[in-house]
Formats: sequence, C-alpha cells, structure tokens
Amino acid sequence: MSKKSFRQAINEALRQEMRRDPTVVLMGEDVAGGQGGSSGVKDAWGGVLGVTKGLLTEFGENRVLDTPISEASYIGAAAGAAATGLRPVAELMFVDFVGCCLDQIMNQAAKFRYMFGGKARTPLVIRAMYGAGFNAAAQHSQALYPLFTHIPGLKVVVPSSPYEAKGLLIEAIRDDDPVIFLENKVMYDDVEDVPDEAYTIPFGEANLTREGDDVTIVAIGRMVGMANEAADRLAKQGISCTVLDPRTTFPLDEQTILECVEDTGRLVIVDESSPRCNMACDISALVAEQAFGALKAPIRRVVPPHTPVPFSTPLENLYMPNADKIEAAVKAVMMQKTREVA
Amino acid sequence: MQISRETLLRSYRAMRTIRAFEERLHREFATGEIPGFVHLYCGEEASAVGVCANLTEQDTIASTHRGHGHCIAKGVDVGGMMAEIYGRKTGVCRGKGGSMHIADLSKGMLGANGIVGGGPPLICGAALSHKVLKDNGVAVAFYGDGASNEGTTLESLNLASVWHLPAVFVVEDNGYGEATGSSYACAGTQKDRAAGFGMPYMECDGSDFFAVHDAARDAIDHARSGKGPVMLHVHLERWYGHFEGDSMSYRAPNEVADAKKNHDCLESFRERAGQDKLLELSALDEIDAAVADEIESAVEAAKQAPWPEEADLMADVYVKI
Ligand SMILES: Cc1ncc(C[n+]2csc(CCOP(=O)(O)OP(=O)(O)O)c2C)c(N)n1
Ligand SMILES: [Mg+2]
Repeated sequence: MSKKSFRQAINEALRQEMRRDPTVVLMGEDVAGGQGGSSGVKDAWGGVLGVTKGLLTEFGENRVLDTPISEASYIGAAAGAAATGLRPVAELMFVDFVGCCLDQIMNQAAKFRYMFGGKARTPLVIRAMYGAGFNAAAQHSQALYPLFTHIPGLKVVVPSSPYEAKGLLIEAIRDDDPVIFLENKVMYDDVEDVPDEAYTIPFGEANLTREGDDVTIVAIGRMVGMANEAADRLAKQGISCTVLDPRTTFPLDEQTILECVEDTGRLVIVDESSPRCNMACDISALVAEQAFGALKAPIRRVVPPHTPVPFSTPLENLYMPNADKIEAAVKAVMMQKTREVA
Repeated sequence: MQISRETLLRSYRAMRTIRAFEERLHREFATGEIPGFVHLYCGEEASAVGVCANLTEQDTIASTHRGHGHCIAKGVDVGGMMAEIYGRKTGVCRGKGGSMHIADLSKGMLGANGIVGGGPPLICGAALSHKVLKDNGVAVAFYGDGASNEGTTLESLNLASVWHLPAVFVVEDNGYGEATGSSYACAGTQKDRAAGFGMPYMECDGSDFFAVHDAARDAIDHARSGKGPVMLHVHLERWYGHFEGDSMSYRAPNEVADAKKNHDCLESFRERAGQDKLLELSALDEIDAAVADEIESAVEAAKQAPWPEEADLMADVYVKI
C-alpha cells in the first residue's frame, strides 16, 4: 500500500494487467508519443496527460500502439481485435471525440454478442477523460456516461478515486464485454492509499462512502468527493447522510440504492452530465417505481443546466454541481414537509 | 502577377499581428492568467495570410484548434479575440467559446474547432451554399497533417469532388500531430490523396508569403471558376509546443531554433520587399510599432473587461424554445 495519484493508479493497473496477460494491448493517439519525431525520443508523452507514460518502454511497439488521428478506424480496430483474440485498451483521449467513432462502439462492439446469437466475446476497454472544470469548453468537457449507459451491450465505469480507479480498471480489462471507462480529467492528481498488488472491484456493486439516517446522496465519479464534502458540513449541522457511489452506471446496483432510500426516506442525486435523460433521471425513475412508499420528500437532482459547457470561469462555476449546491439540496429535502409514510 | 501595394501592406500587418498576438499569449499563459488550452500559430503566419489575401469577406473559411492566425487573417477583431481568450463578456463569442472556438460568421469565419477534422465537412456545406446561392464565393478548409487522417477529412475530399464544389482544402503540414510525426502517421502522400479523389494538387513553402499567395491564388481561382475542388499542401513548422506547456521532447533540440533562424515568414517578407523594392522598410517598421500598440491595448482591455453574468449561462442554447 502506498500513496498514489489517480494517474499512477491507472498506469499501474495497465502495467500489471499487461504483465499478466500478453493479449492486453494499448492503442491511442500519443499513448506513447514521439513516433516519427526528429529527436528520436520515444514514449515522449505517455498520453496527453502522461497517464500511460513508460508502458511503451516496458512492453514495446507491438503492444503499445500510437495511432494516427483516426478515431473511427482505431476504435473500430480495437473492437475487431477484441472479437478475435486480443484484449485491447483503446484510449479516446477526450470522451467528446466519441462523435468521430460512435458507430464502431454503438453499432459494432456493443451489439456483436447479441446479434451473433451469443457467439462473440468482445473484451474491449475504451478509456477516455470526461468532465468540466478545466476551462476546456464545449467540445472537451462533456460527461457522456449516460450516452453509453443507454446502449445495451456496453458496461460503463466512472471511478471516484485512485483506489477505485485501479480496481475497476483491472476488472474492466478482465471483463469479457466492451467497457467504457471514464476518468475525470480534474482528478488525475488526486492522491490516496492504493494497494501495490493487483486487485479487482466488481461491477454493479455500489460503494457506501458513509452511512447516515436522514438523506441518501447518490453521486457519480468526481461528484462523490463533493457529496462527501457536503455531508461533512451537514453532519456538523445535525443532518446525517448516506453517500452512495454506484461505481458503474451499467450494471447499476439498484438494490443498494433502493435499500438506502428505504432507510433514509430522502434522496438527492448528484450527476455532472447534462440534465435530460441522465443518470439522475434514471435513478429517480427507479426509486419512484420501486421505493415510492419510502419517500418522505420529493427526490432532488443536483445537475448542470441544459446547455453546452461554457468556457469562461464564472459561467463554468455556475454550470457545475458543487458541495454548496449539494448542501443546499439536502437541506431543501429536509425542510420539505414530511409525507406520512405507512 | 504583381501583388498590389495595399495587399502587401495589409498582409504584412496581418502576419505581424498574428506573431505579436501569439507571442504575447505565450508570455501571458505562463503567468497562469489564461484559462483553458491554447495552441499557438507562430511560424505558420504566411499560410493563413497568404491564402486569405486571395479571399473576400464573403468567402468562407473553417479553421482548427490552432485557429488564431486564421481568424486574424480573415479579419476577426483582435480585441474581441483577446477578450474571448480571457473569457470575458466582450469576447467575440461572449466568453462562451474561448481560444478553440473563436468564430465570426459575419466575417466568413466558420470557427476554430476543438475537434480535429471537424472543419472539412463544414466547408463542403459552405461551398454548397456558395454554389446554390450563386454568390461566387469559395470555401476553404484549413486542416493539419494530423487532421488529414480523419475519416471526416477523407470523406470530404470525396464529397467535394462528387458535388464539384468550389472548395479549397489547405493542408497545413507542420510535420506533427501533437507529439507524433507525420512521417509515422500519414501513409502515402497528400499529393496522391488529392489525385485519388480526382482533384488538382498544389504545394508551397509556407514560410514564404509570396509562394503561398501565388499558389493560393491559383487554387482559389480554380475553385471560384467552377472547376471543382483543389488541394493546397503548405509545408510549415510550428515554433512552440503543440499546446502551451508542451516541452517538445519529441523534437530535435535545434529544430525550432533552425526554423526561427531560416524560415521566418516575416523576415523573408522584409527581405523580399527590400530587394525587389516593393515596399520601404520604414513602412514595415511603422506597422510593427502600430501592431505592438494594438496588442498591448487588446490585452489591457481584455484584462479590464467584464466577466459574463449569470443570465449568459442559459442564453443562446437555441434560437427559440
Ligand atoms: C477528433 C479529435 N481527436 C483528437 C483530438 C486531440 N488533438 C487536438 S489537436 C491534435 C493534433 C492535430 O494535429 P494537426 O492536425 O497536424 O494540427 P496541428 O496541431 O499540427 O496544427 C489532436 C490529436 C481532437 N481535438 N479531436
Ligand atoms: Mg500538424
């Protein structure tokens, strides 16, 4: 066990899986960097934010492949390779670039197994950065996990810390279905204790980062940290919260969500993706259908407005959910007139 | 063909403005005051300016993530651009787009672009508008060697030929897409790609304004006269990192220094203007001084300008709901 950043945790997961399994290959734009450069320095970047640094040096050019800027072809190649014997981890850099290759994910990889009558396995992982808060503007800031969650056949992982990232990525690589693995770009320097050895965290098992009596806060990815911060403040004001991190949006741990809502009777959902048809809507529907009787107050969603992500700092701050907004939402559900629950 | 004195002065001013704008951004970025990603166009000025010198305000261009030069060359307001990069309400996009999304449709500038390969399809559409509306306009896609490998780009070359569009595809080849060399990433040649899609190909040295200007004139004349699309391959060197903050370990240490010494479009312009007695150097010096003042005021104004307000967040998602 040692302190590791989110970036190091991901690098270590990739490295350990590549050592364990020679069929794991990595591809993406500048995942090594420096090919064809005049200095002859290979492994110049290790991805735009240095996450895959050093892997080319250890595993060589057959297993760490820099790609041309051609997402449709290399994401599709990763899907094809997955269906024919490799376990590719393809990096899409910013998840926004999925616009250039969605067909290969949505119509190809996701559907092979079902369309082929159960005869295909597609152990593909697509890693990408998501999220606002970087002044990266409308085409580099989206949180598109609902888009993938919507597509049957895909599994979708949104880790909330370095520890979670390592265990979930190893699970993703070992999983036989196509997995979309989304890393919040603001979190790469977050640090916590992470085991040195390989370990897995199963999909579809929510993590309760704290347990309380009054309100359940379901939060996704980077929002988990904000929810815990809000819960700390609320605890000092006598309001006790459960904070639930679903870890994966598909499969979704419906049972734990429902149990928590049964216990607390109040639900706040924090989701940084665009508000229409997002995870907050999805989880609200689940609870409204299956735990309506337990609700003492209407569900509240802390989500951004239905706009592209703005560039300017004050607008981006207004856009983003944060601990203040979560705190306010929790107080609002506490103030709401309690419904008599049988 | 002789380039008019007015065009020469205007072009030199545009190149100097781009250089000064970018070098100032390089310094300001290092102070941490500029948010987001910034990709500088230094060293490539003659490409945008040599091409745009042959365009009218009615013609359309689409640019890239490295878009400041194209914007300036197409006449987008420099103060408004600077304010945009600082995220201010007075920016050309009201602080909502930033460096990678500067656009001004009133100037025929269809936008910088955060998506590599985003521009070429849009330029097919703009060329279609010019053709259908019979306004005699042409549409020009600027895109990098890296972007030349996007499916969107290759499909656009085909579509432009199939529809016989008044489009010019300007490949700005600076030898790199991020940290990857084009010798690794681009199979075959741009020339053969143009041939493969049945369009004429031209190429030029992008550090020589006069070479770009003349090649672009031929390319644009071809497209404007209804003969269909053209590819113009401009050989360039970028003087700074892919984005601000890139240490460029993938490049030989002397590569940029050589480019600055031997392939400076502003220096070569001054030399040629003096040798051929096209312009007096004093006129160019005056431009340099005026541009320095202009950039200084643009930065000052941007730093003083108001931030966007809460109401701006929800504005302009749709024309009407
Ligand atoms: C679809 C897409 N893929 C990847 C990126 C990340 N990216 C931004 S600029 C760039 C390199 C572009 O290279 P090139 O087209 O040669 O332009 P240059 O930067 O050299 O001007 C890349 C890969 C992106 N913005 N969009
Ligand atoms: Mg390039």
